[in-house]
Amino acid sequence: MPLIRLDEAAVVVPGTTGGGDRVLLHPTSLTLSEHRIAIIGANGSGKSTLARLLNGLVTPTTGRVRVGDLDVARDGAAVRRTVAFCFTDPAAQLVMPTCVEDVELSLRRRIRDKAARREHAVAVLDRFGLAAHADQSVHTLSGGQRQLLALAGVLATEPAVVVADEPTTLLDLANSRRVGETLLGLTQQLVLVTHDLDLAARCERALVVAEGRVVFDGPAPAAVEEYVASVTR
Amino acid sequence: MSSLLVGGYLAGDTWLHRLPPGLKLLASAAFGVAVVLLRSMTAGLGLLALALALAVVARLPVGVLLRAARGILLLAVLLSAIQGWLDGWQKAVETLADLLALVLLGVVLTSTTSVNALLDTLVAAMRPLRRVGVDPERVALTFAMAIQSLPATVALAVETRDAARARGIRHPRAYLTPFVVRVVARAHETGAALHARGIGED
Repeated sequence: MPLIRLDEAAVVVPGTTGGGDRVLLHPTSLTLSEHRIAIIGANGSGKSTLARLLNGLVTPTTGRVRVGDLDVARDGAAVRRTVAFCFTDPAAQLVMPTCVEDVELSLRRRIRDKAARREHAVAVLDRFGLAAHADQSVHTLSGGQRQLLALAGVLATEPAVVVADEPTTLLDLANSRRVGETLLGLTQQLVLVTHDLDLAARCERALVVAEGRVVFDGPAPAAVEEYVASVTR
Repeated sequence: MSSLLVGGYLAGDTWLHRLPPGLKLLASAAFGVAVVLLRSMTAGLGLLALALALAVVARLPVGVLLRAARGILLLAVLLSAIQGWLDGWQKAVETLADLLALVLLGVVLTSTTSVNALLDTLVAAMRPLRRVGVDPERVALTFAMAIQSLPATVALAVETRDAARARGIRHPRAYLTPFVVRVVARAHETGAALHARGIGED
């Protein structure tokens, strides 16, 4: 498992109309080595920015983010082959009409032979309980199935790390449990941004983010307690 | 509504499904040319009959055909009414038959051919262009995304219009502005998702 390290990484964006620069993330240093790490905190606190730093969707304006020996800003493509990313809204990341085709899209680079590619894609769908829907349009899936499909598309390339940005926010209880269980059951390292505090508490480690800073970093149950206390305080 | 224009692949095992996609693309192009070149009512009706026969051979559900026909019907009827007024009823029938035949053939093609099969064909056909700097994979992906973004954009349009209606706003600007903003936002998100999946970077 490649170690993810943030070295004084900060993200600053130019402010709009006359205002000064806006700091999305203050300089942050972290080493992420645990199998399952949760990131919790209020809306707009910088959780997503922190998550997007890990695979180069956002690059630090100062400082460095490294995955193993790779620098996220310099070796973006290689980093994204190692660190997969799962978005809140699956509609934005499903680009092909049918389920099996979307998974096949992820495999195009790795498997050139069409028959083998399809076979592998169906096997991936099967792992997520979607094999029966292989030739179905992605529009006919339920929200939960769509999120599982998005995850299948992301995991088909066998990344070492999965970063998920609020993957259960749009789902009902049963589906969010299913997606949550699937994520926690992965052999890959998982960085999970979530508002589902029960799910967060089941990780080994959790970071609480507030106003662009990591304000608590420790065992997940303690982090959840700290976050809840900070809201009720 | 999301199935508008783009019927989507319907898995099946008829000989039309098994036909090589390249051949189907070429045949569809030839069909389109024939529709334009053959200027008579009988030819129009004949081509419509051919398209219908192919739809039957492909075992397409009647509902799929009706939905596709409904998408073009208003426009087709309007156009043929104008043609009928200008050039007589035979021209009107021809125009209507021509348009319906083209739409039906399009549905037959997209229903019996998976998008990935079409992409593979496009990639193979464009391979010679690699020498002049064209990346076939990238072009194929662009095609796929254009096809896929149609129903997604229609869904966004319906959502935005409903949101405006729910607030009792009727002015077009009230839903066109958020619609355009959301389409652009969706494009950004999709770009980020492709980026995250490492697609298109080599």
